[in-house]
Amino acid sequence: MRTGCLFPVWLATCYSSFSVILLREGAPPSSQDTLAGILGRKGDAVNWIALKMLMGDKSKYFAIVFGVSFACFLIAEQSAVFCGVMLRTTSQIRDTHGADIWVMNTGVRYLDDAKAISDDSVFRVRSVPGVAWAVNLYRGQGQAQLADGTYQAVILMGLDDATLAGAPTHMLLGSIGDLQIPDAILVDEAGFHQMWPSEPLSTGKVIEMNQRRAVVVGVYRASQTFMTLPIIYTRFSQATLFVPPPPTGRLTPFVLTKAQPGLPPEQVARRIEAQTGLKALTKQEFLDLTMQYYLRHTGIPVNFGTTVVLAFLVGTAIAGQTFYLFTVENLKHFGTLKAMGMRDRRLIAMILIQGMVVGGIGYGVGVGLATVFGIFSQRAMPLLAFFLPWQVLALSGAAMIVIVLLASLLSIRRVLVLEPAVVFQGGS
Amino acid sequence: MNPTTPTRKGVTCRNLVKDYGSGESRVRALRGVDVEIAPGELTLLVGPSGCGKTTLISILAGTLDATSGDFSVLGVNLQRLSKPAKADFRARNVGFVFQQFNLLPFLTVAENVAVPLIINGSSRATATTLATEILHAVELGDRTQSFPSQLSGGQQQRVAIARALVHQPRLLVADEPTSAVDARTGHAIMELIRQMALQPDRVAVVVTHDARVFGFGDRIITLEDGRVASSKRGERSFTHDPLAPA
Repeated sequence: MRTGCLFPVWLATCYSSFSVILLREGAPPSSQDTLAGILGRKGDAVNWIALKMLMGDKSKYFAIVFGVSFACFLIAEQSAVFCGVMLRTTSQIRDTHGADIWVMNTGVRYLDDAKAISDDSVFRVRSVPGVAWAVNLYRGQGQAQLADGTYQAVILMGLDDATLAGAPTHMLLGSIGDLQIPDAILVDEAGFHQMWPSEPLSTGKVIEMNQRRAVVVGVYRASQTFMTLPIIYTRFSQATLFVPPPPTGRLTPFVLTKAQPGLPPEQVARRIEAQTGLKALTKQEFLDLTMQYYLRHTGIPVNFGTTVVLAFLVGTAIAGQTFYLFTVENLKHFGTLKAMGMRDRRLIAMILIQGMVVGGIGYGVGVGLATVFGIFSQRAMPLLAFFLPWQVLALSGAAMIVIVLLASLLSIRRVLVLEPAVVFQGGS
Repeated sequence: MNPTTPTRKGVTCRNLVKDYGSGESRVRALRGVDVEIAPGELTLLVGPSGCGKTTLISILAGTLDATSGDFSVLGVNLQRLSKPAKADFRARNVGFVFQQFNLLPFLTVAENVAVPLIINGSSRATATTLATEILHAVELGDRTQSFPSQLSGGQQQRVAIARALVHQPRLLVADEPTSAVDARTGHAIMELIRQMALQPDRVAVVVTHDARVFGFGDRIITLEDGRVASSKRGERSFTHDPLAPA
């Protein structure tokens, strides 16, 4: 699992601690150690009345906080899953270390859209000024036949025979150098369990691809991919034998390239494009291209966006309703304060402070819960995509502000139209 | 002189009219009320339900606008004040005692009494200190840390009176202060209002239909159908609790 940081958990803990302090029943008015005391001392004592009103009825207070927390949890969790899925679309680009430029066919729109280029492209790339080195990288899809006769689709990666540039870095069993053994392949950990469920990781397993024998000489840990297929690494020359020959006769989809030290990869990439007529992208540009394709041409953003928007609407409805009802139930008290001479702007400030506190605590608890959910659910469901970057925390925070403002506006309107004379009418 | 600065005058109303609603659904609650209330007196507004007592007291307290007519409270024409200025006038010059006490249940007794001072800009510590002092004066010094729900009806009304007077207002308005308590407590409350509210420069107006407390009034103004039916000096028959055991 990837989480931006454990800040949300810390935040939720802090807020919860504050809440417990604030909710101490019968705390003396001089208690200066509470948040209410701090606000009452340093700010306006009216803030303190607002907080006492908010937290005076624990059940209502918890209901409002729960509503906001739930909304925030939904938004953060769904956004994090969306980010996780999007991250997986580019996991193989990120997992390919060493090279900082990918050279490919001009028609490539994303990683899986690999189209072959002429096999001498690597030499043309090497001739471009500013290129430190360039090697072929095979990437294609193959069919593996297991010992029991079943077939498994796999992603096949072919590394340059001489350098093995772009090889995985996190080996669990075996070593990269073992790829030099004839018929050797490396399998990723998740792929191993997919092909040999409930068996411990081991080397020596034999599979067939394109009627050729392949032996597992190592297991490595890879980032989860979008397709969740096993990823098999082998040498380039070996990889071309593990798949049927293509009709075009061209085998090379990518050339991995490194810019000379001191030269910006972007500049070298533009030179390669100008000189070879191929598409050359820096690692970041290729990541962006792939992600943009999935964002624009698949239903992922729409489907997740719908869920996030629904979460926002449901959250707004829940939080807005509970906060509005809280205000309505306290109208008598607002009316009393209004009759006693409290100005409208003070009353607005009271409601906004109540909203800010509820929103702040709800945000902390919500993103904290989303983080905990991510940690524990991924242990139970390794295929769950969950990535909580700071942008999701910011998005959730912004959503919380909007939700609280919307909820507060309804409440403010109700209080502003309240006639102070209502307090003389039977006290209601 | 600042128009919101009160003088030593009391309350004057001339042909005061108040309508609720408009068009065919319009209801005229006050039909030209003329009233003079002098400072230093306890004035009772009495009359049957629906006669306009609450409307009149709401206008006098600055919580409701009159439809027409002239009136001044403590020498200030509230009709000319903006909404915030009227709120400031209420905060500084008006003390409220409500029928249902209207204490804030989430605050302690001392905190409740401190609220008018806080609205007027006092720090919480200063306000609580002054609130505790006045609570001792109404014999609730031992209940400052209690919550309203832990008090009897009579005790709650005493807290409400303390809250109404803690900021030394020039005008005290009380709406049916004895209707939610028994007769003995009602007399004690009226005695307390008389003791604490009556100062030479202070105006006290109590709305009541509780005939048992009429004897506390210096002046009794009777309203009927939105008009003043009578205005006469009270007998001030109760100077102590008549129901107290000998």
